[in-house]
Amino acid sequence: MEKRTVFSGYAIPLALLAPQLLITVIFFYLPAGQAIWQSFQLEDAFGTVSQFVGFENYKLLFERPEYFKAIGATAVFSVLVGTLSLALSLFLAVQANKALKGASFYKTLLIWPYAVAPAIAGVLWLFLFQPSMGMVARLLQQWGIPWDPLLNGNHAMILVVLAATWKQISYNFLFFLAGLQSIPHSLIEASAIDGATPLRRFWTIIFPLLSPTTFYLIVVNVVYVFFDTFGIIDAVTHGGPAGATTTLVFKVYNDGRSGGDLGSSAAQSVILMVIVIALTAIQFRYIERKVNY
Amino acid sequence: MVEKETAFSKYMPHVVLLLGVLIIFLPVWLAFVASTWDPATISNGKLPLTPGPYFIENYKRILFSGTSSSTREPVWSMLGNSFIMAIGVAVGKIIISILSAFALVYYKFPLRRTVFWFIFITLMLPVEVRIFPTYKIVADLGMLDTYHGLIIPLIASATGTLLFRQFFMTVPDELLEASKIDAAGPFRFFKDTLVPLSMTTIAALFVIQFIYGWNQYLWPLLITTKDSMQTIVIGIRKMIVTQDALTEWQLAMATAVLALLPPVAVVIGMQKLFVKGLVETEK
Repeated sequence: MEKRTVFSGYAIPLALLAPQLLITVIFFYLPAGQAIWQSFQLEDAFGTVSQFVGFENYKLLFERPEYFKAIGATAVFSVLVGTLSLALSLFLAVQANKALKGASFYKTLLIWPYAVAPAIAGVLWLFLFQPSMGMVARLLQQWGIPWDPLLNGNHAMILVVLAATWKQISYNFLFFLAGLQSIPHSLIEASAIDGATPLRRFWTIIFPLLSPTTFYLIVVNVVYVFFDTFGIIDAVTHGGPAGATTTLVFKVYNDGRSGGDLGSSAAQSVILMVIVIALTAIQFRYIERKVNY
Repeated sequence: MVEKETAFSKYMPHVVLLLGVLIIFLPVWLAFVASTWDPATISNGKLPLTPGPYFIENYKRILFSGTSSSTREPVWSMLGNSFIMAIGVAVGKIIISILSAFALVYYKFPLRRTVFWFIFITLMLPVEVRIFPTYKIVADLGMLDTYHGLIIPLIASATGTLLFRQFFMTVPDELLEASKIDAAGPFRFFKDTLVPLSMTTIAALFVIQFIYGWNQYLWPLLITTKDSMQTIVIGIRKMIVTQDALTEWQLAMATAVLALLPPVAVVIGMQKLFVKGLVETEK
């Protein structure tokens, strides 16, 4: 799409674009390029001498069991948070859609967790599940469950999954509700006249019509779990116990900072970049398809 | 609905939704309750479900003197840092992106498409994947522990530019033609026509970016070393000590409440703008 009427000249548009281009080059392209460059370098501990080593950093990465463990933890974390938050928010959105007049009232009451910082969400849930005085933790212990996320890796994972899901429900709810509200009522009525039960109507009419929304949300949720949950993990478990909640992003941070292994950290960054680019490409292909309907 | 309404089908959704609302609200309520009790009540694990008598004492202490062990910075200064960062990120993004979108839509110049893609690609890489090189650049520029160091690297993103570009495309060409007939130059057109028309888009973007800036974690964690520069989200992380005997939970929870109140108030108070911004920036 183009404008019919435009202004002419080069100096003014260049000046208008300058701030954004400058910031983009300095804080975006330069560091991204450096991350790629560093991933092919081996640096000594002081960062003074570095040597080109090709794909050595990548090769080493895939020889270490810790990296596979982080891939596994990220996969478990993503699948659990994605499934739970999508299922719960779809369920709530269907209810809110049924409530008709109340829908916007419930919307207000359900969307605010979006505004809570991931790290704060983590701290709120940690407080409930903290083994010695947390309310829910006490309850679990009374029922004979030896709850301790500080020692038990599975418990730590459950805790971060809960916090991450809690925060993400509001976003998914908002999009599901909008999707549901855009489904023509006549379709549902027609199917009801044909004798379809409410449950059957949901699975054969509503759910398929929602699939563009669902697909979009799956991509957004994966990106959320990969990157935005860093705050939850760092504030609640520090990636522990014994690496049980060390996700790929947390590992980039941890290896680069405490380990000082910049080459390996950079190689991990590059792998993550490839993953995000792939996800974004999938998302754009899907949006294009939707536009062309 | 299509079926005949029974009492069950009429009230069931409300019951389920209220239950959902309650469960979602519970962690925040308990945090608030904990922030109004003394450490002894919290640590014996029998926290009541209603607020206690220590509200003023705890909040006064945390706001003006801080915790006694971990970070001793008073929370009001952390709140101040968070406000500066959130508003800086929001305003900065709006300014640079409305200017660049104006240039991209209303000027024809060589390499325009290239410039567009050059900016557009930045959508794909969150700050997390290039964190250490960015840190090094900011350190080399002497921007550690400064407000511009906190803010500027985060405004390098394409969301705002795309949003304004999309909106400018919908502005009728006739407006510019009319403005040209009146002999108005680009700046007059921008100031008197385009910006007033964009007010809702600007406000929606502001709401989203304010929340984004307020909730930043990894970036301020890395580049602020001085306690006086830390934001509230970072401050609370330092209050949660792994050996939990040291964690002053009543103060940590008061800080959590103070940290989540401003962005939540923005979302609830400006719900329409928030929803608009969310739906449009994510497209």
